[in-house]
This record gives sequence, structure tokens and C-alpha cells, in this order.
Amino acid sequence: MSISRDEVLKIADLAKLHFSEEELDAFTVQFQRILDYIEQLKEADVEEVEPTSHVSLTADFERHIFREDEVKPSLPVEESLANAPDAGSGHFRVPKVI
Amino acid sequence: MDIREASTISDAVRSGQVTAREVAAAALQRIEALDAKLGAFLTVEPERVLARADEIDRTIRERDYPLAGVPVAVKDNICTRNLRTTCGSRILRNYLPPYNATAVERLELAGAIIIGKANCDEFAMGSSTENSAFHVARNPYDPERVSGGSSGGSAVAVAAGMATLALGSETGGSVRQPASFCNVLGLKPTYGRISRYGLVAFASSLDCVALIGNNPRDIALLLGVLAGRDARDSTSSPVPVPDYAAELNKPVRGLKLGIPREFFGEGLDPEVKLAIEAAIGNAHSLGCELIDVSLPNTRYAIADYYIIAPAEASSNLARYDGVRYGERVSAPKDLSDMYKRTRSDGFGAEVKRRIMIGTYALSSGYYEAYYGRAMKVRTLIKRDYDRAFEKVDALISPVSPTAAFRIGEKISDPLSMYLSDIYTVTANLAGIPALSLPCGFTSAALPVGLQVLANQFQEAVLLRFAEAYAQSFPLASPPLQV
Repeated sequence: MSISRDEVLKIADLAKLHFSEEELDAFTVQFQRILDYIEQLKEADVEEVEPTSHVSLTADFERHIFREDEVKPSLPVEESLANAPDAGSGHFRVPKVI
Repeated sequence: MDIREASTISDAVRSGQVTAREVAAAALQRIEALDAKLGAFLTVEPERVLARADEIDRTIRERDYPLAGVPVAVKDNICTRNLRTTCGSRILRNYLPPYNATAVERLELAGAIIIGKANCDEFAMGSSTENSAFHVARNPYDPERVSGGSSGGSAVAVAAGMATLALGSETGGSVRQPASFCNVLGLKPTYGRISRYGLVAFASSLDCVALIGNNPRDIALLLGVLAGRDARDSTSSPVPVPDYAAELNKPVRGLKLGIPREFFGEGLDPEVKLAIEAAIGNAHSLGCELIDVSLPNTRYAIADYYIIAPAEASSNLARYDGVRYGERVSAPKDLSDMYKRTRSDGFGAEVKRRIMIGTYALSSGYYEAYYGRAMKVRTLIKRDYDRAFEKVDALISPVSPTAAFRIGEKISDPLSMYLSDIYTVTANLAGIPALSLPCGFTSAALPVGLQVLANQFQEAVLLRFAEAYAQSFPLASPPLQV
């Protein structure tokens, strides 16, 4: 499958990334090479093959993944906000949205 | 003092022959002497380390510390409370985690000392540590060559005696490959064997906390400390944790070792091949039975991995938006501008590349053709191993097709860097444990690692084989070039 510069721009927008014109040219070429390589997956016969998402799940997993919904201590607000680039009044602060 | 053996240090500290402070001071001195040249660490806080050592010395009589005073380097994508954790990225250059990873918590309960945060490829994406936003981690056997990656700093720290043990992480070979390049042992455990709470997420269906050390006994000791169910990580496994140390000395005679023929084909460096063949001969002389096996879907492994890992990464890395933590650009025009410029300034080229591939693979109209198909091919790769382990106890192969390559050699060609993961990624896709064990050197005195793979939750088989091998065939290592 071939990918155009415009498609790369569209994906960059979805990924919230910005590329300079120069970066975009180099990137489109690299991207194409990687996609060409990945194409070989189409040769694999996967008819009636189930997908794997959790690879080491044990048969009795349901016994272990659920727990009682008990309230436990969590991070204090000040600690949760300590790494924020901008915070105030117990909240994260962001540029105006509306 | 020599800090190469965790069990020796722990015994000496517990019996009062040395103090944890003396051990910590020796490690710090070694870092001070060597690390300006090697670049294994991103953060070392000597005062904090010594205070921690004093705390162990104060409590040594009341507590049973299996890793008393043992200096451990922790990869910088594993959270350490109030100790800078950057993931090798500009976007987290000032991040101070408000909590410890479960693995770190367990290390501290075991009496270990976190000696520093180890350099790595940004967000663990890379095979050379050249993608660190800060500096490259150099190979102590040839500083013009890479240490491997992404856990390069962890491997260098142990190889150069700056730490006794190290935590790394694995998504596609990120501990085994640098371990093989640096002449140390690297264990990637079964998916779910060690809690990932506090391991910064890259590709959640593949990520594991992984281990580095100088000998099988130390790896067994460390694995025993770290393994086990953790309520804070729902993917951590409830499978009981065996006594790994007790398993070490069981005999290996009669062990059935499979040799996967797909791991010896085109692209394998002749000198690496020679070293691996010699190691296979050694395994045979230990009484192991050698059996030819086939893992035919290995040919899809790199393509499969480079869809699954970037797809999951694109989702996981959406959290770096300049709101809750990490850097934020100044004076953004609006929210969208803030996101875009923050991420474009904060991420390096490889991370952006993978986010882009992943976003593409998950985008509307392509999901089934890429990620959906990749998850099915993953099942085929897993089935290859299931079939092999019906016949054999473990598999042996090279870790990497070449020894350590030169710094700069592959960085401009991402695909060639990806292809160097060919012998390691399938263990991650199949969720099985795999160990890199030093087994020889090339004519240029570069280390070569032997890979041993076992079925899920059979880490003990790997350690048993490694112990027998290391005891019978001790390596005469060339001197470090630092």
C-alpha cells in the first residue's frame, strides 16, 4: 500500500503531532518502507484463527481479576498535582476550551 | 570491594562483615570513576543512596533482608518515589513519581539499595540506547559501540561493576539483547510473572519487568523477590512462585533442548554462529539431548511486532498531553496547539515514528487489516511454541544476529534496527520466559549471548540450565575498555 504526504499529515493530526516540511518528506519515505515490510503479514493464513490479546491468562482468571469495591486511600490532591505544568485551586489548569 | 555477586554481598552484610554503607560507597565510587565515559545512568543521588544504606544497617538485625545492601540499578521507565524518572525522554525530564513501582517496593523491602536510574532508549523504544534524549550508553567492551537497548544503561551498570543487579524492561528483547552485548545475564520472565504497576506503559500486551545480573544464582534470588500476584496490576499472574534457588542445582542431564532452525538462517553473523554452535556442543556434553525443531511463523514475527507494539504505544503515549505531568510548551494558542507542540517538542524521532505507525494501524478502515490481523498472527506464533514445548523442555538459539554494532551504524535506518530484534520478539509475542546467557566472544573481543527459552512459567528450567552451564564452562572475559 502506498502512502501519500497528505495521509501522513492526516495521521499526524490524529496523533497530535506536528512535523516540519523537511521532517515530513523524510518521514513519508521511512513510513512507506516500514509499511511495505509490514505488508507481508497479509500472506499469513489467519482464517479461523482467534486473536491473542492476553497471552498468559490462566483458566481460573476470573477468580483473580475481580475484587470487592472497597474505598481505599489514594494519592492526596497536592501530590497528584505536584507534577502538573500548571495547577491551582485543587485543579489542573489548561488553556481556555470554550 | 568486588560487588559482582548479590548473594555474597547480602551474606556479608547480614553477618556484619561489611556494612551496607561500605557496599553503597564502593558502588558510588565506581560510578564516579567510570560513568562519565559510559553513560549508564541518568540520575544518581549519592546522599540519598548513603542514607538508604544507613537505614539498612540500622535495621539489619530486626529484618530478614534477602538482598541486604545489594546495589541495584533501576531502568528509568520504572517509577521511584520522589526520584526523577524520565523514561529517557525530554517530555518527562523533570518528572518525580509520587509512588514506587511494585518491583521497586519489593526491592526495598528485600533490603536492596536503588543505586541510580539507568539510561534507556526513550520510552524503551530502540535497540541501542541511542534514542535516549540525554546521552548514549556505551559498551564497556568497546566504547565506540552500542550497549544495546532499550535497557542499555541497566546492562552497562552491571557489566562495569557499578551495580550488582539491575531492573530493565522488555517489550521485544530490550533486556536480553543488551545483556548479550555486555556479557551479563538477562532474564525476560513470563508475561504477568512480575507486577508492572509503576512500569511506564509502552505496549501493554507485551511489557514485562526484566532482570539483569552476573550469575544465575543472583537472577534466581532477584526473581524470587519480585515475582508474584499484585492486586494493583490485573495482568499479574496468580500462578504460585516456586523456590527458584532450590531449583538451581537440579541436574540437567536428559534435558531436551530444541534448536529452532529458523533462528540460524540468513543474516546470522558467522562469528556469532560459531560461538552459539560451540555453546550447543557444550550443552550436549552436559548430557542434554538436542532436538531439531521448527517455528515456521517466525518469519512474520518482526512485522507482527511492529504493528502490535506501535499500535499499543500510540494509545499509551496519548497521556503525554502537557496537562497532568511532564513538560508543556509556553504560551499555547489553544488546547490543540498545546497538545501538538508539547508532544512534538517532547518526543524524539523514534517515538514519533512509532506513534505514527500505531495511529495509522488503528485508524478507521485499517484496524482489521493491521492490528486485528496482527493479533491473529500472534496466535500462530504462540502455537509454534506450544507445539515445540510438547517435545522439548527448552529451546536454545542466538540472542541477536550480530554482536554490538557501532554507534551511529543503524540509527538512520529504522527498519534495519527493527530487524535486529528477530530472535527476541517471538518470546514476547508468545509470553514465554527467555534468558540471555554469556557464552563467548567474537575475534574482536565482543560478547555473544546464548538465548534459552522455556514454556510459560518455567523460569526455573532456564535458571537450572544456566547454572549448570556457567559452572561447567566458566568464561574468561576480556578486560573492560574503560
